[in-house]
Amino acid sequence: MGPNRTYLLIAPAMLVIGIFMVLPLFLAVAYSFMTANPYGGVTAPATFDAYLQFLYQRDFDDSLVFSPSYALIILRSIYLAIATTLICLVLGLPVAWYIVCQTPERRRVLLFAVTLPFWINTLIRTYCWILILRDEGLANGALRHAGIISDPLPLLYNDGSILLGLVYTFLPFMVLPIYSTLERIDPRLIEAAHDLYASRAAVFRRIVWPLARPGALAGATLVFAPALGSFLAPDLLGGGKKLLIGSLIQMQFTSSRNWPFGAALSTVVTVVVLTVFVIRSRRAQEERR
Amino acid sequence: MADVELKKVSKSFQNLKVVHDIDLDIAEGEFVVLVGPSGCGKSTTLRMVAGLDRPSGGEIHIGGRLVNNVQARDRDIAMVFQSYALYPQMTVAQNMAFGLRIRKVPDGEVTQRIARVADILDLSELLQRKPHQLSGGQRQRVAMGRAMVRQPKVFLFDEPLSNLDAKLRVKMRAEIKKLHQMVATTTVYVTHDQVEAMTLADRVVVMNKGRIEQIGPPNDLYHEPASRFVAGFIGSPGMNFFKCRLEARGDRLAVVLDDGTALAVPAARTARYVSHVGRELEFGLRPEHITERRERRDVVDIKAPVEVVEPMGMETLLHVLIAGAEATARIDPASTPRLGEVATLSLGMAHMHLLDPDSGKVL
Repeated sequence: MGPNRTYLLIAPAMLVIGIFMVLPLFLAVAYSFMTANPYGGVTAPATFDAYLQFLYQRDFDDSLVFSPSYALIILRSIYLAIATTLICLVLGLPVAWYIVCQTPERRRVLLFAVTLPFWINTLIRTYCWILILRDEGLANGALRHAGIISDPLPLLYNDGSILLGLVYTFLPFMVLPIYSTLERIDPRLIEAAHDLYASRAAVFRRIVWPLARPGALAGATLVFAPALGSFLAPDLLGGGKKLLIGSLIQMQFTSSRNWPFGAALSTVVTVVVLTVFVIRSRRAQEERR
Repeated sequence: MADVELKKVSKSFQNLKVVHDIDLDIAEGEFVVLVGPSGCGKSTTLRMVAGLDRPSGGEIHIGGRLVNNVQARDRDIAMVFQSYALYPQMTVAQNMAFGLRIRKVPDGEVTQRIARVADILDLSELLQRKPHQLSGGQRQRVAMGRAMVRQPKVFLFDEPLSNLDAKLRVKMRAEIKKLHQMVATTTVYVTHDQVEAMTLADRVVVMNKGRIEQIGPPNDLYHEPASRFVAGFIGSPGMNFFKCRLEARGDRLAVVLDDGTALAVPAARTARYVSHVGRELEFGLRPEHITERRERRDVVDIKAPVEVVEPMGMETLLHVLIAGAEATARIDPASTPRLGEVATLSLGMAHMHLLDPDSGKVL
């Protein structure tokens, strides 16, 4: 088979990647450099306005005024995504370790339990948290019933509830990759460490954690990226009071009808996530050496 | 250095008893090999000494101290694992230093000990490599080095050579023996390979189905096996067995095979066997005692059709039929008969064994 025919054979795959992956990204970047059409969509001419909007507001007299509100939203989003990632890591590592230590049958059951939320619509799951957290909800009801509180605690519509929603949604993405690296650890490595005078804490710090780190890094990327762009949990559990980048993007394409700004925001999120990813894979490569 | 003592040690997993009340005394500095087929309980026994498995019953003493409730890390034993269990994220030097660092041995001494052991094991050039950059034999030596730098009371080896190719295995076997001759630390070594057991051990412990079949120096096990299991397990090719009847012929005894061939038992054995006259027994003879025709005392000649000829160079293995049973003979290559011939072979009856087929014991 000649080289030409080989290209022909991979053409379908290239087409799929092109249409579903490269083209939308390209469109998003292209739209971000266009002018907003008041009825949605974009028009000519090409401009940097969408990016200027991050830091400046166009005043009535068309002059640019510095305004940090969008930048703050982006920073807050990054901060919440990092917090989500760290909490998921702290919770996910012991969970994954616990599952690995079980018999094969119990492992299968527990892994199924971890993936169980995937089978239920995210919207419904997030609404359930509202039912639990609201003033007359399950959590406050139980606390009141137990006589611990008399007035309901403000559990909903703050950063805490957003964080809870994000951690809840993305925890499986941390557990599963860590589990898959821990599962491959030869149990003899741990036995050998005990033989080599190591305590349980030393085994974890010196053996388990270094070997689990690639999985934890993969999990961190899988949690950080969608957490950064997420809008369901912030909207519903945050009450839309404080905007996060995901909600902001969504608004640009719906109520605000500012597609270029939405596209610019998406591009920024993509760049942030890609940067994190590149740094991560660089470090992983260095470690392998 | 320390002695190791096992008193009625047993181990059960759920309802399955895998080690049955083992008694074993290992002297200070002794090299003891536990050998047996897979599933015989030898690895479990070793792991109990190491502290990786808890005995279900009995007592384990190391250096006179009862260690049943002592954790692996406090036993001061060093185990070498079959899979080597090297840490992939650490260099050779870091792997070897691991135990010492946890023990907070001063840096200077760590470096010194590693350098000395690396020199003995020929690892000096490899200290900065990671395990994945090493060959199987090199990894094996690192695993041994990691145990040696600790200067433990007891070395435990769990099939350390079984992942190496045949040639390297022979070489490392000699290395291990040499090392033990240099620093005679008490060693318990587990293998399924009876050649390894024979070549390395001061004493061999043959295990079968969770029990000790026999304990003894290699040559004793070879020449005076206590049971059919040991007789068949030790030695390669294995001992030949034939069904027989023990009969009295005048004042001598004779082993009568299935086809009526009568083989005279040496007079020296008469007293030992006379109480078994008339019984259906098993007659055992090692391949090297079935040879080309030799003029010697206590030798009986028989005719045996040749089925397979295996030249080995220094000797030839013949697969023959004796009284309808398959048997292996080791003969001088110079007198090799042809395939299909009926060879005349000499049986060295001075080395015969008689076995009780019911109890499996050698009489």
